[in-house]
Amino acid sequence: MSNRKIRVLVAKPGLDGHDRGAKVIARALRDAGMEVIYTGLRQTPEMIAAAAVQEDVDAVGVSILSGAHNTLCPRIVQLLREKGMKDCLVLVGGIVPMEDLAKLKEIGVAEVFLPGSSTENIVKFLRENVKPRE
Amino acid sequence: MPETKEHSSAAEEAVERWQNETLDPAMAKRPERKKSFQTVSLQEVDRLYSPADTEPIDFNDDISFPGEFPYTRGIHPTGYRGKLWTMRQFAGFSTPEQTNARFKYLLKEGQTGLSVAYDLPTLMGYDADSELSEGEVGKCGVAVSSLADMEVLFDGIPLEQVTVSQTINAPASVLLAMYLVVAEKQGASWSKISGTLQNDILKEYIAQKEWIYPIKPAMKLVVDTFAFCTEHIPRYNPVSVSGYHIREAGATAAQELAFTLRDGIEYVTWGVEAGLDVDRFVPRMSFFFNAHNDFFEEIAKYRAARRIWSREMKSRFGSSYERTLQLRFHTQTAGVSLTVQQPLNNIVRVAIQALAGVLGGTQSLHTDAYDEALALPTDRAALIALRTQQIIAEETGVVNTVDPLGGSYYLESLTKQMEDEAVEYFRKIDGMGGMVSAIEKGFPQREIQDSAYQYQKAVERGDQVIVGVNKYAMADEPSEVPILVIDETVRTHQVERLEQTRSQRDSGAVSNALKKLKLAAKNNDNTMPATIEAVSAYATLGEICSALRDVYGVYEEPAF
Repeated sequence: MSNRKIRVLVAKPGLDGHDRGAKVIARALRDAGMEVIYTGLRQTPEMIAAAAVQEDVDAVGVSILSGAHNTLCPRIVQLLREKGMKDCLVLVGGIVPMEDLAKLKEIGVAEVFLPGSSTENIVKFLRENVKPRE
Repeated sequence: MPETKEHSSAAEEAVERWQNETLDPAMAKRPERKKSFQTVSLQEVDRLYSPADTEPIDFNDDISFPGEFPYTRGIHPTGYRGKLWTMRQFAGFSTPEQTNARFKYLLKEGQTGLSVAYDLPTLMGYDADSELSEGEVGKCGVAVSSLADMEVLFDGIPLEQVTVSQTINAPASVLLAMYLVVAEKQGASWSKISGTLQNDILKEYIAQKEWIYPIKPAMKLVVDTFAFCTEHIPRYNPVSVSGYHIREAGATAAQELAFTLRDGIEYVTWGVEAGLDVDRFVPRMSFFFNAHNDFFEEIAKYRAARRIWSREMKSRFGSSYERTLQLRFHTQTAGVSLTVQQPLNNIVRVAIQALAGVLGGTQSLHTDAYDEALALPTDRAALIALRTQQIIAEETGVVNTVDPLGGSYYLESLTKQMEDEAVEYFRKIDGMGGMVSAIEKGFPQREIQDSAYQYQKAVERGDQVIVGVNKYAMADEPSEVPILVIDETVRTHQVERLEQTRSQRDSGAVSNALKKLKLAAKNNDNTMPATIEAVSAYATLGEICSALRDVYGVYEEPAF
């Protein structure tokens, strides 16, 4: 195990401006000792993937409350893979109907955190699932 | 302590006696369940409130009678005995055709006013065919890109009779223009139509974050609508100063109250600086508050809001006109309090929150549907939400007397505490040069983020209980509720109408109108007449907002 801190990009794609969740998560991950980069609002999938590469993150946490997850998430995952970020975890948080959960996991989203999720569980998930680097 | 005893009042002595003789022995036998009892805003609540707590409150100066200054007990002398609140359910999804059908359904079921929810592209000033609109058309609200959509949205709904509230902010002047043109085409007179435009851009920068232009030109657009409505649509409310989104973003009740009213003061200041007469435009300003879980804290918030507003209008702007001093507000139950887990529990939460709004004297009310943490409401969920209001109005008896909780030791103390906290925030914000400067410094934004984080921590410690989430959770939940699904065919449908509109309109008239609009913006003239001309020529929302973006630029949120 290296001592490298887990690096996470917290991203807000789409037109949605509800950033309470994204900001609370960013702060909780920082408090848990992770390095967090927050993209700010209204990032395209292209901008998010580029930021993930540039910041060399272990995980991208995507916050969506507008219902646009089925359009935006597949593009983000695909762009990350195209850019060679094979091990980068993609986590989704926000308002996602139950029937879309399986679909998102199928396209490569590691986990979806619905309203009511605790930040502790998100921290735990990242610690257990981020691939250690040499 | 003999020294303090000399100064204590009879009421305080009575409390002390009770503590010694009755409370202490009882506590020795059975201590309380926990050390600290807090509101949902994480404010400490005392064990007991008594006349000792209300001694600093003067009945005549601070509480008074309904319909009289400082309006703590309400603006109407008869409360709800004269007129019930307006039952106004926020609705909008998918195409204008589908939302029009939902509107007609709600009106048929006894709803008394309409409230339009627009989708994210509309809120951000983009047309349905913009690249940025992909995946978002019709999702969070109804898609409106031009007058053609607005004509469908209100088809068969008589705008002279039904009041319509529109939740639209950055491009509010454009949607107002579309609404006015549709009304005119129906033959409705502008002097008779009424309704409300949210048009509260300050809370966008603070909390909701659906902005387009930089703050100052955006404020100028708001003032343009004030001036225009005062002259031409005297019964219309051109702004709904909103605490709702501030609360949803994580603010405490006191922060919601303070930032909202300080935003209100900022709009009045800008209006006065633009030469408007306080007693002509302020009476048409309305407010919009959240109804969260903590029952008494919410009721205290509404009562404090009325008292503070009347006092500030008097002291800051020298008004003594009663309609300027009277704060009118809409209430919506707290979306953020709804849970995905055990969603039917939300019906109960909504009922209690709505009751707080009613006991606080709201003028209109939206009750959330139980499925809103999952998606936009289905017809069935929307109907139960409306029925909840009807049960409060018709069955509970809370409407029978005015301000039934007035005089409660707890409630009056809490109302005073809310007022004191808000006034302290005013002092800080005034010290920063007003709300626009405070926002530029990131002050309210940081305060809200901190509160949101503290609340999340309190939930995770279990100090704040959410039934079905961090207590009484169920491993095997009963099956999910049906939800409303909006697919991508909505965008196709909207793009088709947009293309048809563009091909049928007089493009010369469009470009002329847009030129005029840019000129008005550059010359600092009122932009409303040119905006109306542009929408009448079927210029699209995206085209109009682009024209203004060219003149004003766009807002970039500072990092904090």
